Amino acid sequence: MRDFFAVICRNRRALWGMIILGIFLLMAVVGPLVVPLDTATSYANRYKLPSWEHPLGTDYAGRDTFQQFIHGSREVITVSFVTAIFTILFAFIVGTTAGIMGGKVDAIITFITDIMLTVPSFPVMMILSLAVRITDPISFGLVLSIWSWAGLARAIRSQILSLRKRDFIEASRVLGLKVTHIIFAEILPNITSYIAINFIMIMRNAITASVGLMVLGLVPFSSTHWGMMLQMAVGASGAMYGSSAIVYLLVPIVAITLFQMGCLFFASGLDEALNPRLRTQ
Amino acid sequence: MWGEQKLIWYKRILVMLVTVLFAMTLTFILIRIMPGDPVDSMAMDMVRTQGMNYEEAYRQAKAILNYDPEVPIIVQYFSYVKQLARGSLGQSMIYKTSVVDIIGGSLPWTIFLLSISTLLAFLVGIIAGMYVAWKRKTILDPILSVYSSVMSSIPNYIVGLLLILVFSVWLKKLPSSGAYDTSVEPGFNWKFFGNVFKHSLMPIGAFFLTTVGNWALAMKGNAISVLGEDYVNAAKVRGLKQRRIILSYVGRNAILPLVTNLAITFGMMFGGSPLVENVFAYPGVGYFLNQSVGRRDFMLMQGMFLTITVAVVISNFIADILNSILDPRLR
Repeated sequence: MRDFFAVICRNRRALWGMIILGIFLLMAVVGPLVVPLDTATSYANRYKLPSWEHPLGTDYAGRDTFQQFIHGSREVITVSFVTAIFTILFAFIVGTTAGIMGGKVDAIITFITDIMLTVPSFPVMMILSLAVRITDPISFGLVLSIWSWAGLARAIRSQILSLRKRDFIEASRVLGLKVTHIIFAEILPNITSYIAINFIMIMRNAITASVGLMVLGLVPFSSTHWGMMLQMAVGASGAMYGSSAIVYLLVPIVAITLFQMGCLFFASGLDEALNPRLRTQ
Repeated sequence: MWGEQKLIWYKRILVMLVTVLFAMTLTFILIRIMPGDPVDSMAMDMVRTQGMNYEEAYRQAKAILNYDPEVPIIVQYFSYVKQLARGSLGQSMIYKTSVVDIIGGSLPWTIFLLSISTLLAFLVGIIAGMYVAWKRKTILDPILSVYSSVMSSIPNYIVGLLLILVFSVWLKKLPSSGAYDTSVEPGFNWKFFGNVFKHSLMPIGAFFLTTVGNWALAMKGNAISVLGEDYVNAAKVRGLKQRRIILSYVGRNAILPLVTNLAITFGMMFGGSPLVENVFAYPGVGYFLNQSVGRRDFMLMQGMFLTITVAVVISNFIADILNSILDPRLR
């Protein structure tokens, strides 16, 4: 663990990414406890510019934008975190099954993943959002992950295929160790860094997709999720056309961009730090 | 050797067909497992809007949706496939026209937007990437990497929103929605083309701005690795002009691997088209898919989803063909 942080601190990109993500995480965990959410509407206060009382102004109904931004961070991070966990889980199960079993099972799984990779995921999510009633982060995460694991599953499969030929796996086979032991004790440690990088990138894609579904008005999830704020600013309240509402429109946009940049920096920095081949260039 | 090659292509075509069949089946099933009976909700809607009695409305709704909840799902599926084989995708509930007509009207707009923006981003990207690779250690290199990490962190539909904010709301220079003004008669004249051009600038800009940085980065990476190859050093030693080396040695070999990506990207952007087209209310396939999902128009939804899938499948197939032409090892 200490090595891990040492590696990150040496890589500036990864460090910046970690700092940004750390701030967001802190905001999501501690923020809602410190900043209470006041949902009472007061039309006298609508679209106020930032002031001491309202650090980021107010929305179309006179509610404080800063409070929504803080509470939204928890929603955004929970949904993308759940999505990443589900996606990794699906991909790991499918990828290891294909890689370990080989033969016909492998051929069938590869065929299915090829198809899933071709059929575009966002339209599938749009249609799924009708079939599944999205009420909590779990169901939202399922909708976002169910069509997103194929690429990673394929990558895990090929990682395993290349590992299978290595001596230490051969050795544990000859020793008669159980398959589960080989997977969790021999193979998993070899691909953890790879999975960690993917975890961050999946969170990043989950934000784009979840906000996208909300902007289209298909998922009326929690009202403080940044995607919902954006949808309200653009669609419902027409904030784009009133100059005083500019702050309300920009808050979710800047938040989404910063979070995405944090993920990108952290993941690519991690990739650089953990992948010696990239470091030499 | 040839037989093996042929087999690979047969397999590819088989996967293509299965993918399309799969996409078709998927929407079919999803609609059947959706909470609530679509026939019922449509019939209720007809009762409310047209004042029909419920039984009559229910019968009509069944006919329009081509769906009877009492018929076994297998029978339903085969009648759906049979209808599809005859080239019919049913009627759209919200637009009251055939789905095939809507596809015919919307597909050209999406292809127009995507092909221009992808090609433009590709061209500008490779030129910029090559330039940065050649002039390393200048300010341009960090500028490129900052631009590309910022722009790939903003989803393209949000870039679209910001463009609308700047060019439509503040500067009032560009129209924010549609493919052309309703006051302009569609036809083969400059006025119409000019109007279409003006409406397409921002959607194309949203796609272009978010992808050009990635092309430039990829091109830079390729060009740098090609610059280290022996044949480039040999060309330098032979005293060839810099211009010649850049264009015919480095450029060619660094661009080739990206050409395949071009086709794949084109297909991928089809999948993302609902978002950008929604922001600009641009009447392409994505826009109609979004309308159909939002208003539960199942026939239109199936048709649009199928169209997008077929577009992606064809783009990927073109990528495979390009790959086999460009990479002599695969020939």
